[in-house]
Amino acid sequence: MTQTQTNTAVIKEIWRLLQSVPDPEIPIISIVDLGIVRDVIDEGHAVVAVTPTYSGCPATEMIEQTVREVLDDAGYADAEIRTVISPAWTTDWISDEGRRKLREYGIAPPAASAAGGRGLFGGAGLAIACPRCGSTETSRVSEFGSTPCKAHYQCRACAEPFDYFKCL
Amino acid sequence: MSGSIDIRAAEPRLEYVLRLADNALVLGQRLGEWCGRGPALEEEMALVNFALDLVGQARMLLSYAAELEGSGYDEDDLAFLRDGMDFRNLLLVELPNRDFAFTIARQCLFDLYQCGLYGELERCADPRLAQIAAKASKESRYHLQHSAGWLVRLGDGTAESHRRSQDALDRIWRYTGELFESDDVERALVAEGIAADPDVLRGEWDIQLDRILREATLTRPSDGGMASGGRHGRHTEHLGYMLAEMQFLQRAYPGATW
Repeated sequence: MTQTQTNTAVIKEIWRLLQSVPDPEIPIISIVDLGIVRDVIDEGHAVVAVTPTYSGCPATEMIEQTVREVLDDAGYADAEIRTVISPAWTTDWISDEGRRKLREYGIAPPAASAAGGRGLFGGAGLAIACPRCGSTETSRVSEFGSTPCKAHYQCRACAEPFDYFKCL
Repeated sequence: MSGSIDIRAAEPRLEYVLRLADNALVLGQRLGEWCGRGPALEEEMALVNFALDLVGQARMLLSYAAELEGSGYDEDDLAFLRDGMDFRNLLLVELPNRDFAFTIARQCLFDLYQCGLYGELERCADPRLAQIAAKASKESRYHLQHSAGWLVRLGDGTAESHRRSQDALDRIWRYTGELFESDDVERALVAEGIAADPDVLRGEWDIQLDRILREATLTRPSDGGMASGGRHGRHTEHLGYMLAEMQFLQRAYPGATW
């Protein structure tokens, strides 16, 4: 009984710690809000399940290292980090809180659900709102922006150039 | 670990996973050569991003291959310490990039193939392969969206871009027969529900390609003599030069790490 209670508290504490780990490329958003942390499971020891965004995402290893450091520093050296690739990461897993933070940071969050298929990098027919002034009078400058997961847009209303987080 | 490693006569599943891995690795390395040379910044980023995805897929596949092989190698050993004749990639992916039209035409034909292939493998009887396929399938679809979009734009563009695209297609065509070849390895795995059936893949590839080419106002080349041998380690001269560059560091300084 005590054992279970302790473990529940540990799992909760680990979630809290992970909430403070920023994504290396978009530090305004945590890896939990980005949907990279899939689960924290109790298997006698804690298991943190993480998933890569893109197969070739250069941040994947850095994220694992950071999580390792955070866990070790907090005394959870026995916690295990497990990479899971299925189901494949989707922008649908970005939390509402994450979307709000992205917008505040100047990045337009994914505009459609990837689950419908329509979102998969289509983007062309979607109204992408400018994170600065909110206008949907925007145009795509380039399908690829500062990182693989973003496209480059410009607002025609306020002229702001901005990144758009593509749907995947 | 300084000498070459040699994975010959692999059991079918390992052989198949290595074929998939080598296609991704070799084309990833090829596309990476566009870094610093793209016709426009945006296109360079697109091609290099695709290279990253492919290298990422290769890593997952090579790690799985290393586990299946079982002598304690890892993904890096398999990438950097095998010689050319131990690579199983299609000849199509090792061809030099030539111009942008050639790179795009090759990419479109390959992406279309990968979409069909990984779409099938997502449902295959090997759970690990199915997981990797699900990830790769998503990426292949957005690569195709880009490469097919460009092929249409170039084909249906200026006289010069049309000429270059048609020329690229004509040059590449003899390397497309190999995509749908089968052998004992694949037949055994198709029977087990693990590999995708090349005949099924070919049907869908033909239909989709004809649709793209029509929109691009390009002519589908007629099937002539087809080059073959990549799956079995018989490569064009181009692969050796690529591997010499890709593997140099690990060969000259065995075990070097960052």
